[in-house]
Amino acid sequence: MSHLPVLIPVTLLFSAFIILLGGFLKRDLAFMIALIGGSLSFVFSALGLWAVISGGGLRYHLGGWVPPVGIEYALDALSAFMSTVVTLVGTLVLLYSRRSILQEVPERFVPMYALAMLLLAGLTGIIVTADLFNLFVFLEIASLSAYALMAVGDERAPVASFRYLILGSIAGSFYVLGVGFLYFSTGSLNMADVAQRLPNLYGSRAIVAAATLIFIALGLKMALFPLHLWLPDAYSYAPSAVTGLIAPIMTKVAAYAVIRMFLTVFQPHYLLDVLPLMPVIGWFAAAGIFYGSIMAIAQTDFRRMLAYSSISQIAYIGLGIGLANPMGLIGALLHILNHAFMKACLFLVAGNIRFRTGQWEVSRLAGLGRKMPWTMAAFTVSALSMIGIPPAAGFFSKWYLLLGSVDAGNWIFVATILLSSLLTAVYFFRVLEQVYMRHSQEETVPVNAADPPASMLFPTVLLGAGVLVLGLSNNLIVSSILDVVVMSLK
Amino acid sequence: MRGSLENVVVEGVSRFLVPFIQIFALYVITHGHYGPGGGFQGGVILAASIMLLRLSLGEEYEHRRFSPTLATVVAAVGILIYAVAGLLPLAWGGNFLDYAYLPIPGLSAAELRYHGILIVETGVGLVVWGTLVILFDHLMGSEP
Amino acid sequence: MDSLIVDYNYLMTASLLVIGLYGMVGKRNLLKKVIGLNIFQTAIFLFFIQGATKPGATVPVWDVRISGEAAGYINPLPHVLILTAIVVSVATTGVALALLMTIYRRYRTLEEGTLLERMKQSP
Repeated sequence: MSHLPVLIPVTLLFSAFIILLGGFLKRDLAFMIALIGGSLSFVFSALGLWAVISGGGLRYHLGGWVPPVGIEYALDALSAFMSTVVTLVGTLVLLYSRRSILQEVPERFVPMYALAMLLLAGLTGIIVTADLFNLFVFLEIASLSAYALMAVGDERAPVASFRYLILGSIAGSFYVLGVGFLYFSTGSLNMADVAQRLPNLYGSRAIVAAATLIFIALGLKMALFPLHLWLPDAYSYAPSAVTGLIAPIMTKVAAYAVIRMFLTVFQPHYLLDVLPLMPVIGWFAAAGIFYGSIMAIAQTDFRRMLAYSSISQIAYIGLGIGLANPMGLIGALLHILNHAFMKACLFLVAGNIRFRTGQWEVSRLAGLGRKMPWTMAAFTVSALSMIGIPPAAGFFSKWYLLLGSVDAGNWIFVATILLSSLLTAVYFFRVLEQVYMRHSQEETVPVNAADPPASMLFPTVLLGAGVLVLGLSNNLIVSSILDVVVMSLK
Repeated sequence: MRGSLENVVVEGVSRFLVPFIQIFALYVITHGHYGPGGGFQGGVILAASIMLLRLSLGEEYEHRRFSPTLATVVAAVGILIYAVAGLLPLAWGGNFLDYAYLPIPGLSAAELRYHGILIVETGVGLVVWGTLVILFDHLMGSEP
Repeated sequence: MDSLIVDYNYLMTASLLVIGLYGMVGKRNLLKKVIGLNIFQTAIFLFFIQGATKPGATVPVWDVRISGEAAGYINPLPHVLILTAIVVSVATTGVALALLMTIYRRYRTLEEGTLLERMKQSP
């Protein structure tokens, strides 16, 4: 039980290499091992969450060395919450991915599952670690797996992946540089230890440089406007299952890292009063919300539209972080949870459409509401949630963000959130109209368009239902988990 | 750059040098405690020896002796050594990668940590060796 | 002028950083971008190693003449961090080169302008 913090990433690492060995023998073995590894990690995360809610946090010393000399892993409310979300969504998308990958890129079946396990291992490692350099190592593990996974796609995928590689490696290097500044100023790499030593150094310019570099690096990984340029191409050209895996969780884990830096390492007092970085993030996020929504309206390709919508939704999370008051941060965390479910469901719906009809153009989606009823039902629920209509989950996270903006007296943010919900409605209702109101034209939609097989349909519908469940139970989530997280801000 | 160079001098010198390169690589792996070295560096030198053979003797000949499949297996074995050395202490009461709890009889805790590091470094060396050979094969063996 | 001579190592780091960034942004060939990335990462390693040295200290291997005094040995932790970062850099370069091979096989070019043109032509 006390080994939970380390078991969460190590299970996934171990299964990655067993997949490589076992996949040589029998190809379907790779899928089985991936599912088992993902489910085990989810069970461990859920156990960790239960342990955190009932007791206190779990701190784990790697190798028996006591911090600050050794590397430390910590499961507190924030990391247990994120870990559960990431492993749950990841395992569901892994379940979905088998038929999709068999149809799109069958010759790379075994390596893709090994890479997916490495990706999840890197992401969960970022979540549980309490050491600054260990975060960089896991960040690079996850990023390299993502570059490789995204490059296996249609024609333009390698170029999009290469652009993401260059930008992502710059981000990783900036992060290392920032950690170097922090280490040479404070003498420690442990997050809690650095937080203790920072208040003596508030006047130092090295700390300013460190904070700026670290936040720029994590902002690029998070695709916060204006550092989002890699996202639309990368999400549009990757295979459907890969986008379904990466889009809901990878940027959210980077947002988690930003929150961790904000709450634990550089305490809120520093980032609000001494070096006002949070308001800057807030204003860039507001611009990003508009940019994402407006660009999404202009798209004709369904997945590119979803990618720009992702930029806008991540900017909501950035807005919540930038507000830096308890309501805003609760809104950001709740939106991380909701958006993971909503975007996973939406990208899985796009994958279903591709599986049955072979294309993604919005203009050619006419009449699918009758032919693929369950898929489109899940799509409708997620679309309503993205717009922010109760009782779907999206309404509640936007409500908390609105409360946070009102608390901060920032009426421009309030207007931004409301206006962008209208813009979101524009581009989602356009698709809903195509799907439900038009009759299918036989020359554009194949006759055999129907709901996809069960292994693909079940995760889609489960995620869609989960969006509703999350919306109805949001009070429970906020009171039991998220309030604990923002305790240090009150 | 494909095919063998068919030059007696190059082939002879490469064949002669490779065992020394590999022994030097083993020395680098095991002396990571005391001097520059360690798992990664030794693994790179081992991979360099294989690359020298591939470049000088030609790929068709070398693939029979150290095939890409063998490289994958070597890499996976290295990772398994690392993972087992990390996970065994969990069953014996220590934390992950806490070598003092490795079940080797007759050694004190400090000596166990010392040998544990060596085991892990060997695993890392194997992984790096296998991975770099796979990388080299992929980059050099594909058709233009 | 005095600080230029005393801090020449940090100037070296800064100029390598800028050269690497210029390579990644200003050069049109994709392979040159990868080389720029490598130079950029090397500059960061150089920065870490410089921070680890102490005046008059020796390698961190037990020496009976210095025995327990920490000021006699250089700081080994940044060296260990850089070993890890070098491995990450090697892996990144490996992935980048594999991506470049795939791009070359599909589009027959590595120049950015020609590549964008050919991407627009194909569906």
